Amino acid sequence: MGNRWAGLGGLLVALLAPFVNATPYALSVMTSAAIFVMLAAGLNIVVGYCGLLDLGYVAFFAVGAYTSGVLATRFDLPLLATVPAVLVVTVLAGIVIGAPTLRLRSDYLAIVTLGFGEIIRITANNLDVTGGPSGIYGIPHLVGSPVAFYYVTVVVVALAVLGAARLGRSRLGRAWRFVREDEDAAEAMGVHTYRVKLAAYIAGALWGGLAGVLFASQLSAVSPGSFTFLQSALVLMAVVLGGMGSVPGVVVGAVVISILPEVLRDLADYRFFLFGVLLIAFMLLRPQGIWPARSQEALR
Amino acid sequence: MTQLVWNGLFVGSFYALVALGYSMVYGIIKLLNFAHGDLYMLGAFAGFAILGAVGGVSSSMALPLLLAVLVVTMVVTGLAGVALERIAYRPLRRAPRLSLLITAVGASFALEYGMRAVAGADPRVYPVRLGGTSMEVFGARFTVQQLVLVGVAVALMAGLNLLVTRTREGRAMRAIALDPRTSALMGIDVNAVISRTFFVGSALAGAAGVMAGAYYGKIDFMMGFLIGLKAFTAAVIGGIGNIPGTMLGGLLLGLLESFGTFWLGGEWRDVFTFGVLILFLTVRPTGLLGERVTERV
Repeated sequence: MGNRWAGLGGLLVALLAPFVNATPYALSVMTSAAIFVMLAAGLNIVVGYCGLLDLGYVAFFAVGAYTSGVLATRFDLPLLATVPAVLVVTVLAGIVIGAPTLRLRSDYLAIVTLGFGEIIRITANNLDVTGGPSGIYGIPHLVGSPVAFYYVTVVVVALAVLGAARLGRSRLGRAWRFVREDEDAAEAMGVHTYRVKLAAYIAGALWGGLAGVLFASQLSAVSPGSFTFLQSALVLMAVVLGGMGSVPGVVVGAVVISILPEVLRDLADYRFFLFGVLLIAFMLLRPQGIWPARSQEALR
Repeated sequence: MTQLVWNGLFVGSFYALVALGYSMVYGIIKLLNFAHGDLYMLGAFAGFAILGAVGGVSSSMALPLLLAVLVVTMVVTGLAGVALERIAYRPLRRAPRLSLLITAVGASFALEYGMRAVAGADPRVYPVRLGGTSMEVFGARFTVQQLVLVGVAVALMAGLNLLVTRTREGRAMRAIALDPRTSALMGIDVNAVISRTFFVGSALAGAAGVMAGAYYGKIDFMMGFLIGLKAFTAAVIGGIGNIPGTMLGGLLLGLLESFGTFWLGGEWRDVFTFGVLILFLTVRPTGLLGERVTERV
């Protein structure tokens, strides 16, 4: 299994990175990248494994961040104590959006999730509980120092990525891929496609929500501006670029997408234009991404 | 009350115009063209550029000039739509739907941020502004220009309907929508017809863009994103792929928004719209006038 060594190597790089460069700026970029990896791993479950295009994925990120932030600031809770509530709320969000729409064709689902993402953002923008356009601030940190927080993030994200990978190899994961390849055949073979798709949705929502908690802790503030369609598109870009359904690919894709803008600061005006063109180019030339998922079934 | 209805119909006619392109493209190749809203944006900017090139205009000439610009813009956005299909969508026609959708998202991004790189991030003020005198009928206040814009929109839609139902071209489009392979066997040049469908749909979106620019007075590179979503909602309400349904859906969405804004306040308008979309897809995914299609055979 090459993937295991790749995973260990990646984790090692992530753990050693602060020894190379531990300026506050570098740490914050690396922490953001790690959180972004978690988002991409979550979206990969939905899009990569199950083939359901979710264009409003940051909605779950927002739900997690806001739930955690609101509870922590209103009731003076430590962030860790808000996690159970976040889990419940994100699962509910996943069901609320997934249950009525998963019976539809994938392209309808795409646009409904896009609408859902906008609904969450606009709602956060207009409610008093969420602090309106200025958001919530003064969210307590998970741990004190940035370096410690970076390590906590890396560990959580590593577990999340590992979890996603194992889910992908489980019975449920095989059902997801079956649904992606041929929904009708899956149905005919006795896979309860609706339930299986809903499970993918809920798993994706959980990953997104937990990433939201990390995000709230990192910035100690959340505002609607962080949860735009652009963010959803960037996570999707990471999944596509890395290779849909491939865990190591998606991790690489996410790191590239989150670090690249820092490297390409000078190209600011063309950055997102480039993203768009790259999306098209990848779909035309290399739809399986940089590090494609190798079909294990075919190898045996 | 009448004012709300009028506002709704006015905005609704824009929605309908943009939604038609969505609906036509979906009807013929079953693709959600995410970049469609951005063609509307492109139209607004193309009109802006042409008006700028023409130079100063006296306000008495504003309306005829605007109509001329409208025609030129429609050609420009129509060609842009054809190019988009050629470069981004045609090579993927046999690929999985997911790839096609992602390509469309990419195209939308490329158009938005490409325009941002060219024209800058700040909103531009339209050189021609249709203010005009207002008049009152049944307690609703509106301007002659608004009336003209609605008139143009209705004329364009009527023309489209004629094209689709009465001409050879329209018959070819409907044939391909039903069964592309058989149409090809019957001697229809499928690629050419799809190209022309993109042309017509994109031209309508461009026309709506110019009209919106002249009416609202301000344009920016992100203006297509929201209207794209709304147009899709309109298409779904009426029945996507169904042309009269889409027009009806546009007007209905305009009315819904107008009343929704009145009841809930402007800040909740878009939440209301997308809520309606989700509700509609749950209850009646084929829309008001769409036929019930069983997907699995």
